[in-house]
Amino acid sequence: MDQHDFALWEKRVDALMVICSSKGLFTVDGLRRALEDMGEDAFEKHTYYERWVAAVNQNLIEGGVYTLEELGQRMDDIAKRGPTYGEATGG
Amino acid sequence: MPHDHPDHFHHEGMSPSGHPYRQDNDTPLTYWQRMEIAVRELLVEKGVTTPAEIAAQIDLMDSRSPINGAAVVARAWTDPGFKARLLANAGDAAREMGFDIGPLHLVAVENTDEVHNLIVCTLCSCYPRNLLGLPPDWYKTRAYRSRAVREPRKVLEEFGLTLPEKTTVRVHDSTADMRYIVLPAQPPGSEGMSAAELAALVTRDSMIGTGLPRHPE
Repeated sequence: MDQHDFALWEKRVDALMVICSSKGLFTVDGLRRALEDMGEDAFEKHTYYERWVAAVNQNLIEGGVYTLEELGQRMDDIAKRGPTYGEATGG
Repeated sequence: MPHDHPDHFHHEGMSPSGHPYRQDNDTPLTYWQRMEIAVRELLVEKGVTTPAEIAAQIDLMDSRSPINGAAVVARAWTDPGFKARLLANAGDAAREMGFDIGPLHLVAVENTDEVHNLIVCTLCSCYPRNLLGLPPDWYKTRAYRSRAVREPRKVLEEFGLTLPEKTTVRVHDSTADMRYIVLPAQPPGSEGMSAAELAALVTRDSMIGTGLPRHPE
């Protein structure tokens, strides 16, 4: 029953979701569809904000904000920056 | 702190002095964290948002807490006209007090001697976050989301709340654009207290329906 102390990356996912929703880049229904399409085991294997970042990302790609290739390239680049979140995010 | 310690990234357990390690931004980078960084950077580069806007949104989120909801409840207990407006349209009533409710439809449900209300989001985690902040972890669990509708009395008992058999329990399933907040019954013995004193009696759980307000000392 403890209140989880959210990590910075989790708060950022939440903020991106709110900002992109308010700018009309996707709807809450679009997010929910992406979450439900993940299949039942996604709810066993992934944490709350892991599922949300996946849903936000899927909706942004579908909406043409950026491409799957751009995402993949960027995630590869980020992996080379360093072994921790702090190093990879630039502080 | 020994920077060459082989367990530098292993933050389980206790330090030699017996102090628990707190996780920081130095745990190994996960796939999902890389995705968050990538999504955020691409959104900034495409001109959708800015680092300042993201920081401001996190700041706003951090500033929201059940204190906001408690102020609304205490006002309803002390101002019958406000209470009527709150029950008619909770979003408008909360906006009247200066709270940003956004475009969603907010519904206040009143606890009485006859009826006890409980809120849940069976699908995910919809919650009156503008008035209560982010939902507690248990609110997002599958156990609460499924059991709150199937066996609400048993769930309430686990929260320490045993209701008389004659009390009707109403469970409200929140959706993306319709959120609920419980208006708890004013505790006995609190008559005549100021709104500020009353607000201190209003707990988060009493506005979800899994608890009752505190009793005055």
